[in-house]
Formats: sequence, C-alpha cells, structure tokens
Amino acid sequence: METTRSYSKMFFFLLLLLLAVFLLNVSLGSVAIPLEEIFAALTGRETSKPTWNYILIDYRLPKAITALLVGSGLAVSGLLMQTLFRNPLAGPFVLGLSSGASLGVAVLILGAGAFGGILGSLLTNEWSLVIASALGSFLVLLAVLAVTLRVKDTMAILIIGLMFGSVTAAVVGVLSYFSSAEQLQQYVFWSFGSLGSQSWSGVLILSICVVLGIAISFLASKSLNALLLGENYAKSMGVQIKRTTLVIIITTSILAGGITAFAGPIAFIGLAIPHITRQLITTSNHRILIPAVLICGSIVMLLCDIIAQVPFSEYTLPINAITSLVGAPVVIWLLVRKRKLLF
Amino acid sequence: MASESTHIILEARELSVGYFSKKKTTAVASDLDFQFSEGSLISLVGANGIGKSTLLRTLAGMQTPLTGEIEIGSKELSKYHPLELAGVLSVVLTEPPSSKNLSVLEFVSLGRQPHTNWLGQLSPKDKETIQWALDHTDTSSLAQRKCFELSDGQMQRVAIARALAQDTPLIILDEPTTHLDLYHRAYVLKLLKKLASETNKTILFSTHEIDLAIQLSDKMMVLTHEGLQMDSPAALIEKGAFNALFPEETIVFDKDTGRFTIR
Repeated sequence: METTRSYSKMFFFLLLLLLAVFLLNVSLGSVAIPLEEIFAALTGRETSKPTWNYILIDYRLPKAITALLVGSGLAVSGLLMQTLFRNPLAGPFVLGLSSGASLGVAVLILGAGAFGGILGSLLTNEWSLVIASALGSFLVLLAVLAVTLRVKDTMAILIIGLMFGSVTAAVVGVLSYFSSAEQLQQYVFWSFGSLGSQSWSGVLILSICVVLGIAISFLASKSLNALLLGENYAKSMGVQIKRTTLVIIITTSILAGGITAFAGPIAFIGLAIPHITRQLITTSNHRILIPAVLICGSIVMLLCDIIAQVPFSEYTLPINAITSLVGAPVVIWLLVRKRKLLF
Repeated sequence: MASESTHIILEARELSVGYFSKKKTTAVASDLDFQFSEGSLISLVGANGIGKSTLLRTLAGMQTPLTGEIEIGSKELSKYHPLELAGVLSVVLTEPPSSKNLSVLEFVSLGRQPHTNWLGQLSPKDKETIQWALDHTDTSSLAQRKCFELSDGQMQRVAIARALAQDTPLIILDEPTTHLDLYHRAYVLKLLKKLASETNKTILFSTHEIDLAIQLSDKMMVLTHEGLQMDSPAALIEKGAFNALFPEETIVFDKDTGRFTIR
C-alpha cells in the first residue's frame, strides 16, 4: 500500500507528547513530590525522603506503565476489530470478551456467597480476580472461535459476539440478585476498572500480553490492509480470509482479554482512539496506523489516569467512568464535525 | 491482432455452476464449454438471474463449480494456491471498497499485494506498475483523492486501475457499466478494449449493454436457458443468438442496427 505523505513529523510530535504526559502522570498524585526528586527516583538515585522513592517506584511507575499498556493494547485491538468487521462502531469488546471477564469475576465474587467454601477461600488470593477474569474471557473466546470456524459471514461473528455479551450480562444479573450488598460492592468496584493495583509481576505479565498482541497485529498489517477493500477483493488478492480472521480474533483476545484481566473493563478507548488517530494520520495503511494508534492510546489513557487521580486531592475516580466521559464526547464531536464516521 | 493469438488462457469443460445447499445442488447453468484466447475482450450477456454472476464468480475461483473443469493457463483452477491465483487473475467487483477512507493511490497500490513481501512494501517496480495503471485509466489526477469523493464513473476507472496494478493475464469484471451514464459506459468499455489489445490481457466482463458490447467485443458469450453460445458478435447476430435472450413479445433484436427495439 503506497502512502503519499511522510508522517515522521507527526510521529515525532506524538512521541514527545507521550513522554511529556508520562512524566506528568508520574509526577502528579495525592502526595506532592518535587520534580527533581522524581527524576532522581526514575534514574535510580536516592530521593531525600525514602517514602517518595517507594511511592514512585512501587506505585506510580507501575500504574503509569499499566496505563500505557492498557491504552495502547485496547486502541490497537479496537482498530483490528473496526477493520475486520468493516464497522466504525466496533471496539475491542464487540466479541463479548469483557462480558466474559465480568462473568468470571462475578462467579468468583458473587458465587462465593452462593457456593461458599473453596470459592470463598480463593477470593483472598491477589491473583484470583485476574485468573477468574482471564478464564471468563477465554471461555467466550473459545465460543467465538467455534462459531468463526463454522460461519462464513464476518457480520454473523459480530452479532454472535454481541449475543454472548448479552447472555453473560444476564447471568451476572441473576448472580447479583442472589448476592449480599458487600459482594455486590466488591464486584462493582472491580467493574470500575483500576490501573493502580498492579505489582511489578502483574505489569510484566500484562506487558507480555500487550507486546505479543501488538507484534502479531503488526505482522498481520498486510492482510488488514487488504481487508479494507472487503472480503471478496482481499480473497482475490490471495488473502486467506478464514486464517486471517482467526489470527485477528485471537490477537484481539490476547490484548483485550489480558487487559481486562489486569485492569478491569475499560470502556471507549478501543472505539474512540482509532477515530481520533485518523484525524491526525490520514492514511489507512495499517503499517502506519498501528504504531500511531498505539501511541495515541497511551497518551489518552495516561491523561485519563491523571484526571482520575484528581491531582492534589485524596480522591481517585473510577478510571472506567473517566474514559467514557472523555471518549463519548469525542466520538459525538467527530460525528457532528465530519457528519460521517469513516474507517 | 491479439485476437488472432492461439494461446488459450482459460478453458472450461462440461462446466456446471450453481449453489450447494444442504442436500441438493441447484444448477444455475450447466454443460458449458468454452475457451478464452490471450488478449481478447470477451463480454458475457444474458437476462437477469440467468447466472452471469454465478458463472463469473466460479471462473474467478470465488465459488466451486458443481461439476466440470476449469483450467487457467493449463492448470486446474482448484489446484491453485490463493496467492498463486492472485498472480494470474484479478477481479473488478460491483461492490465498492469497504473503507471509503482509502485514497485512490492506496486503493490502486493494494493491487500489488500478491507481489509484495510480508510487510507489503512496494519496490520501485511496484510503484512503476501502479503509475502505469493510473496512467492507462486516466486516474493519475485523482491519486490523492479519497474514495468517498469519487463519482461512480471515476470509481469504476479506479477499480479497473487496481486490477491493472495486480498485473494479471486475466481480468474478470462483474457488470462494470452499472450505475454509469452513457458516456462513461462507452468510456469504460472502450478502455477495456484498448487494454485487451495493447497489453495482451484477456478481459471478461458481464454487461447489460448489449449494443455496446456488440460493437467492442472480440467474442461474446450469450447465456440463455437453452445454454451458452460463444462466438464473434457478427457470427452471433447471423445465428440469431440475441433473439433468444429476452421474451420476444416485449423487445426484438434488429439484425441491421445491432440493437434491441421495443415492439
């Protein structure tokens, strides 16, 4: 795919912005830390107060890196879904992965009351939520893959994904009906999403998922470009549709499923970021769009996290609400300004 | 003249096309035998629903034949790897690209995909072919435009440019003249004629523009319920093949003018 313009200036600008937002994200929080102390901690030198070092290295830095991974991973998987389903409204969760994750978590938290015993004791483990969520996404993924192998029509996969979402949401509804207020609260807190509760080992596993997912997306960029013409044209140019569809769905699942497991459901980033990026980068070439979407996703996620922190206060707002508050107006604004949402 | 060439690029033997459903097969057209020679412009005409699209889709390898054989370049169609087939056969479909946000240059350059490496990087030769395709379809001036800005006539030329960029000996077009005004219909068909004779590509298209097709095609395929007749337009007129196309109580074919007139 030939691209007419060079986007190196735009990429330079975006990377600079990313660096600035990252530093801003790390320097803001409920405890005010002077800028030179932040640089000191980041470069491995001693800070004048040991607690500052602890706050930065064990809390703010993993949180910022999580935000970066979550933003880039969700944005790239949103782009993949929009191209695969040829639908500008598709996002990383159209396949029902986040509903699957919620189901896993709901069964763990809410089911602990109903079944007690083993499930209840599992709840104390720091990894149990992550594993429950990953299992939930994985089950939905298996169902989606089974369907993908049987039906020919990509649109059918989209609708079936939405149906899986509805079914799991309904099951969660039934489970919550039988739950105690305390359990419900715990579940609701999970559904707020959270970037801050990661240990470094969690960040490592998350980054493996995200790097792997993005690498496969980049390798698939040639087939993704062909899919822009529609399935029949792509086929006529030698693209193996079924294999490509499988690769894209598995990649999205690694990205969206992994991210939901660690950070909870994060709305809107996956849907809105590709559209925002297309305002800056006018090419449809995935070889350029994927890195651009990845950087924009990180920037917006870091910004959302800064807002969610409510700098200089002790409050932390739910990140999932902030991304929707930022994302929805942006999509509305784009639609009003451009009158149509192209992909 | 290219049409005098004796090289056969495509051959169909006892071909039946149609659809497989659960337990039975529905044949749309059966027992078709024909050959395409290199560098010829071939038009496929027939009434709505007679199976033109099904036949084209089958020849393009997008659906499997019910029975019979298709050989492209003396190799069985079903034995082609998808990527290998993309090197010998390109298509122009009635559907516009899914992404309207593509620029014309991006759309046309995607035609090079079967020839590029795993990343889809374009070599200088690829870029040369793309420019050549744009030049031959008068679309160079549109290169920077987005697909959603194009008129139907421009879009059709761009779609043909993409197939040209794919640079295959065989091009199949499904109704390239629909939605076009008279000027563009004639323009597109003249363009196909020129491409077939200048580039020695074999071009097959289906159309409802029978009078234009008669004037421009090297060979015509007339598909009716009775079967398929393939010959030069003049010979088909002599045989009265066009009379069988439509019910005679509404329109009749006039041998002298080469047109249909309303009764």
